Amino acid sequence: MKLTRRDALAMGLGATVVAMLPMRLSAAADDAIMAYTGGAEAGEGDITLTAPEIAENGNTVPIGVAAPGAVEIMVLALANPSPDVALFKFGPAAGAQAAKTRIRLAGTQDVVAIAKMPDGSFIKTSQSVKVTIGGCGG
Amino acid sequence: MATGVKPRVKVPKTAAAGDVITIKTLISHKMESGNRKDKDGNKIPRSIINRFTCDFNGTSVIDMTMYPAISTNPYVEFQAKVDASGEFKFTWYDDDGDIYEAAKSISVS
Repeated sequence: MKLTRRDALAMGLGATVVAMLPMRLSAAADDAIMAYTGGAEAGEGDITLTAPEIAENGNTVPIGVAAPGAVEIMVLALANPSPDVALFKFGPAAGAQAAKTRIRLAGTQDVVAIAKMPDGSFIKTSQSVKVTIGGCGG
Repeated sequence: MATGVKPRVKVPKTAAAGDVITIKTLISHKMESGNRKDKDGNKIPRSIINRFTCDFNGTSVIDMTMYPAISTNPYVEFQAKVDASGEFKFTWYDDDGDIYEAAKSISVS
């Protein structure tokens, strides 16, 4: 097939849009994470986020977080009206730096858990959760 | 003043010194997120439990800040390490200033 100028233009435009899309989405995600860490980067580490792959009801989605040795763990839901979900601070009498709770998710989105370690560094993990009925009342 | 708020806590009655035990807590609370609208289209204001703490014999086990994304009737499950007999104190702090408390004893051998 002959590549017309029209086709080349369309391809070029398409390529630019595709390239820009993932950058814009992760920028918003990074903002929410940076808001918690105060600008520090969060790397990989021993942190686990347990959440269902598909949540039948966005009003109550069971999640679990665990990060051995962490001082606190922050949970964010990146596409909720407000990303903050919970902040768990562990005290001296904690048996493990882990907790479970139930959260509301407005729709299919990434849930992120960030742990603050005793040396001030941050580690994070995330999981995508599909939500069939949204749970934030909007 | 939030009405009908009832805490329920599950703590093992006994444990061995040094054990890590699982504690389950539940409190009945609407957790009005502030995003819902009433029939006239006005936003129903936020009114949630914003903090939950657990102490064992005065030492902090967990201090959880809750945001509107926590489900109605907040359920929190966590681990505590017990080295002596004593009492767990649970406290929930409401946006409207109310404080709900519960306590459970454990016998550690």
